[in-house]
Amino acid sequence: MYDAIIFLYQVVFSISLFILISTGLAVIFGMMKVINLAQGEFIMLGAYFALLGEVMGLPFILSALLAMIGVGLFGVLVERLLIRFLYGRLTDTLLATWGLSLLMIGAVTTFLGPQVAGVSVETGRIAVGELYSVSVYNLYIILVAFAALASCWALWRYTRFGMIARAVMANPGMTSALGVDCHKYYMLTFGIGSALSGLAGAMLAPIVGTQPTMGGLYVAQAFVSVITGGELPFLGTLLAGGLFGTTNGVLSYAYSQVIGEIGVFLIAIVLLRFLPHGMTSQKGRAQ
Amino acid sequence: MTSKLSTIEIATLILLALASVAILAVPQFAGLSLQLDLSIIFVYAILALSMGFMWGQVGMMSFGQTVFFGIGGYSYAIFALNTGDTTTAMLLAVLLPMIVAALLGYFIIYGGINDIYFAVITMVATIALEKAVRATSDPRIKIGDVKLQGQNGISALPDLKVPWNPSETLFVTEVYYLIFIAMLLVTAGYSLLLRARIGRVLVGIRENEQRVALLGYDPRRYKLLIFIISGGVAGLAGGLYAVWGNFVAPEMMNLNSSASVVINVLVGGKASLLGPLVGTGIVQSLTSWLGSAGVGQVNLVLGLILIAAVQIFPQGVVPMISAICKWCLGHLASVAQPSRRTSTSMTGEKQ
Repeated sequence: MYDAIIFLYQVVFSISLFILISTGLAVIFGMMKVINLAQGEFIMLGAYFALLGEVMGLPFILSALLAMIGVGLFGVLVERLLIRFLYGRLTDTLLATWGLSLLMIGAVTTFLGPQVAGVSVETGRIAVGELYSVSVYNLYIILVAFAALASCWALWRYTRFGMIARAVMANPGMTSALGVDCHKYYMLTFGIGSALSGLAGAMLAPIVGTQPTMGGLYVAQAFVSVITGGELPFLGTLLAGGLFGTTNGVLSYAYSQVIGEIGVFLIAIVLLRFLPHGMTSQKGRAQ
Repeated sequence: MTSKLSTIEIATLILLALASVAILAVPQFAGLSLQLDLSIIFVYAILALSMGFMWGQVGMMSFGQTVFFGIGGYSYAIFALNTGDTTTAMLLAVLLPMIVAALLGYFIIYGGINDIYFAVITMVATIALEKAVRATSDPRIKIGDVKLQGQNGISALPDLKVPWNPSETLFVTEVYYLIFIAMLLVTAGYSLLLRARIGRVLVGIRENEQRVALLGYDPRRYKLLIFIISGGVAGLAGGLYAVWGNFVAPEMMNLNSSASVVINVLVGGKASLLGPLVGTGIVQSLTSWLGSAGVGQVNLVLGLILIAAVQIFPQGVVPMISAICKWCLGHLASVAQPSRRTSTSMTGEKQ
């Protein structure tokens, strides 16, 4: 019984990690079609903001907020200085953000050093049966991941901002002809995607610590989720996160974490062979 | 089939011949350290070529050529350490990556993953492989008698032996010549491939895949074929890397190495085969000079180069140089024969 609960908890936790890591990219890549290879470094930056918050003596919840705002503003800056010139040039965007990713790793290593630093949060544990216990913090992560994805979806689905943003992404020419300042919406959307990555970084910091190169671990998982998710970014992220989180959770539980990660990659490759447009593809559906 | 060579092509060939002579003469007057430095540049140039050919000529963005580079290196390391037979090890370093490329390529290419998605998936492949290799630090994990040793890599690999005389091993200078000749052969091979019928189909795929398909060619087959060939070339580079340093490590396949391959190609320019070679020369010399000058974080510099290359000279250095040469030649020609000027400028638009 308790075995089953712990197993289920592992799987749900693993799913929520995937969702947490991928939501920012679902906005930036899924909505805006901007291939942001520096997404992992945005997460890294978020983790460092959480560390900064701890050094400043803030409670963790404020540190996470700081990370969201800090990385969100950084994202806006990046959009203004780099991405804005490259809309519609997918390859160049990919290359420029790759450059940005290397630049950020280099800069953080130079100024803050290559070592791993930890962020500590006191939350305690809940006992499950006599043998197991579950960290309360991990339960918070599950909560935050699903809340972030759901609020993103709601923002795009039900608010005026979301409606106009979707219109801008679908047809910028037509939307600007209706008097909408498209640049503003690109900037804000990119900022929101960045802020979500910052939040992810802050939430991950207490589990994995902070390190300049940590982003490389997450950028792969995020891209795999969003690409296999397909055309509906949020539903796709949920489905892909569910599939890969389950795979990863089960394989990690049974073998090791690395086998879990490799398993995810192999499943993604095979899946894309048969569903090249992702799990939420609209192609072939009756109009 | 072969058209008459233009002035610019003749000039390029003469320059290349001069460069080759200079490179072959290096061991006569320079020490071992320069030979080692140049050798590794040639290794990276082969790797860059395997990527640049697909990107520039076929339009396939394989940003994970380091997968095959790494597998090539590890194949050489594991087989050579197990058996001592370095010739077969080198053959395996080419063959095994080709098999992996066939498997990976089948799923990606026949799944219809194109353009940017191709780039991302191949990149993810290299991250996944690096992680897998890093996770082998447990001393019980071994292939044959060789421990994989995770992130420490495998060191003390045997030197390359002369195939027909296994008691004799190749030293730095011979390895230098070998790697240089391998680079020339790979360049020549790609350039012949481009001039052959299959090369026309590949360029056709770059220009308009659908039209090529309508003409009766199956683009997927050709793309898979070139993916396998380039996988083998990258594997060869990996094997040569292992010979060069007597060492392989997971760093061969991490995101930084695959980034530096892309940067090499991008800086040189992907339109010609010369681009990746020149780009590798420039970027690698620059980074090793910066490294020795104590700038510290090479990442920082690579990142800046990459952003600058995309924003300022997306075509690369080689087309820029050849445009300048063409302009100079055009002027010379117009001074000599004023009437020819219009015809050169009309046929001069090749890029």
